[in-house]
Amino acid sequence: MSVDTRAGTTKGLAVGGLGLRLRWRTILVVGCAAALLLLAVAAHIGLGSYRIPLGEVFEVLLGGGAESQRGAVLDVRLPRALVGVLVGAALGLAGALFQSISRNPLASPDVLGITWGASVGAVTVIAFAGSYGQLSGFADGVGVPLASLLGGLLAGLALYGLSWRRGIDGYRMVLIGIGIAAVGANLVFWLLTVGDVQVAARAMTWLTGSLAAAGWGDVPAVALAVGVLAPLTLFGARVLGVLRFGEDTARGLGVRVNLSRTVLLLLAVLLAAVATAAAGPIGFVALAAPQIALRLCAVAGPPLGASMVLGATLTVCADLAARTLPGVELPVGVYTAVLGAPYLMFLLIRSRREARV
Amino acid sequence: MPEQSAAAGNSLATRRRRRLTGLVVLVVALLLAALASVAFGERNIPLSAVWHAIFTPSGTEFDIIVGALRIPRTLLGLAVGIALGVAGALMQGHTRNPLADPGLLGVTQGAAFAVVLSITVFGMTYVSGQVLFAFAGALIASAVVFALGSVGRGGATPVTLALAGATISWLLLGLTSALVLLDQRGMEVYRFWRIGSLARSEYESAATVLPFLLVGLVLAVLNTPGLNTLALGEDIAKGLGQRVRLTRFVGLGAIALLTGSAVAACGPIAFVGLVVPHIARGITGADYRWLVPYAGLLGAILLLVADVLGRVLAADRFEVGIMLTVLGAPAFIYLVRSVRLVRL
Repeated sequence: MSVDTRAGTTKGLAVGGLGLRLRWRTILVVGCAAALLLLAVAAHIGLGSYRIPLGEVFEVLLGGGAESQRGAVLDVRLPRALVGVLVGAALGLAGALFQSISRNPLASPDVLGITWGASVGAVTVIAFAGSYGQLSGFADGVGVPLASLLGGLLAGLALYGLSWRRGIDGYRMVLIGIGIAAVGANLVFWLLTVGDVQVAARAMTWLTGSLAAAGWGDVPAVALAVGVLAPLTLFGARVLGVLRFGEDTARGLGVRVNLSRTVLLLLAVLLAAVATAAAGPIGFVALAAPQIALRLCAVAGPPLGASMVLGATLTVCADLAARTLPGVELPVGVYTAVLGAPYLMFLLIRSRREARV
Repeated sequence: MPEQSAAAGNSLATRRRRRLTGLVVLVVALLLAALASVAFGERNIPLSAVWHAIFTPSGTEFDIIVGALRIPRTLLGLAVGIALGVAGALMQGHTRNPLADPGLLGVTQGAAFAVVLSITVFGMTYVSGQVLFAFAGALIASAVVFALGSVGRGGATPVTLALAGATISWLLLGLTSALVLLDQRGMEVYRFWRIGSLARSEYESAATVLPFLLVGLVLAVLNTPGLNTLALGEDIAKGLGQRVRLTRFVGLGAIALLTGSAVAACGPIAFVGLVVPHIARGITGADYRWLVPYAGLLGAILLLVADVLGRVLAADRFEVGIMLTVLGAPAFIYLVRSVRLVRL
């Protein structure tokens, strides 16, 4: 990845051609990330205990291939990869929105409490439905995602409602988010200590974020959410760009500040909640993807499209590692940071300018 | 003109007087909280018996409860509360980020990872060993974050520090989850350690980190004038003749020592360090020479009150970390909504 994108980062920025240069560079970054994503998806489908060569993977996807391969690809691996792509994209986009609205690089769904709300919902179901042996099918398949979706949305509504005071203010929102996250996190920690240790371990797997159980059943809901919400947020990109200059300037330029913030915040909450309901709180993606994207694109704030694609790429690569590395399979959330952290650190160290958000 | 400056001097004097009065009020409140922490609990102890236990202990039942349980617990809460409040104020100052908690430097996750590692890999079973491991993990993690955050031409900037800390914390969290999921012994300890408690610690082992905590406090106080200058921006601070790198180093060293010893002694109680500086800033304004002591006192008061309430209301069934957020977070949200915010 670094090889591809490096070509665009060597030159400084010329003020005269600023707009054009930035746009080309963003397109280059998105293109490279998308290519890498495609490759990662292909590898995700091809590698594993039953190997399928790359060419045959595409053959199967286009409708051909042997019967045994079709089964492995279409029933098991493709849906998991798809959920990974969608969840990663949703998290990357949600992170970019939260960071832009609050103008704070640390603001992600975890810190602001959305994920913790979702976790309270899910862990409650796991702790109390699962205390007598295994989770039954219904509680596991429907109860956990539904509870987590509800929890996430409730936390999001609380964040919005409590932050509203004659308008949404980024600084106040961040502080309210801290409070909500603290309540949610400690409820989860307490729930972990209530049941026996097996229940705690199962809850911990969910809390780390896992795609192991992802199947076709998860795809439509996430696809619908991302498909509808993502285009809506991309329309807000211009508003976010203007908001970066400060509220008064934005008002002067004719932006309806509170309305746009409200809409974008609610979209971000929905995206984060849906993603968490589908795969658990996969950490680090929402923080890292926007920060990596803004450094690669060399723009002032997190670019929405690039954050989305990079979020998907990071998630799928992490799940690829989770699935194929030897030993016990660990949840994808373990690997997002292990893979993403060194790269973000590398970018941080290399960038000479002070980063802005 | 002279009238104006006289008026300005006057208002400065009143402001200082008001801040000093506030400090005295907080100290008194802290003493009351400490007294309550010694007296109240599953068994309430009359004040005369507390007096007797402290000054003329003769081995009665109350003397033993007070001497062996309540006083060490109160002192631990006092020390940890001060440490977290002070560290939180410094952390938010150095990263200039309201979301920065004292563990942002990787301290909390470093300690957590070391604790889990000590159990799963080294087979450690003693609590005293855990304390040392946690402290070492906290210091190593924060050193790594500081090193990574300050590589490059400009040295450590607020944004690189915050991002480096968050990144390393996530990395360590990922590794911790892996260890915990692979080894159930780790899970068994981690899930209780994670909450943060004043009750389960062996007080002697907790006391081993006390000297480091004191050194951290001294460094923190030394750091406050420098932090005031840094708040003007690094370029201006440099122009004023400040050695920016040294100031950062001292400040982050203080944070690592304070938070490291607090986390090692009673687990992560991040909420105190996150919230208290915002409250203190609302009272004192942005001057770190006042903000830091206010934050320390408020931290200790908050922690002790939460601990006492946990004992009185819930018979010590909920750890202090939980009581703190359940009671503290709604209060904090109310405060944020009703008071005009003093921004970083």
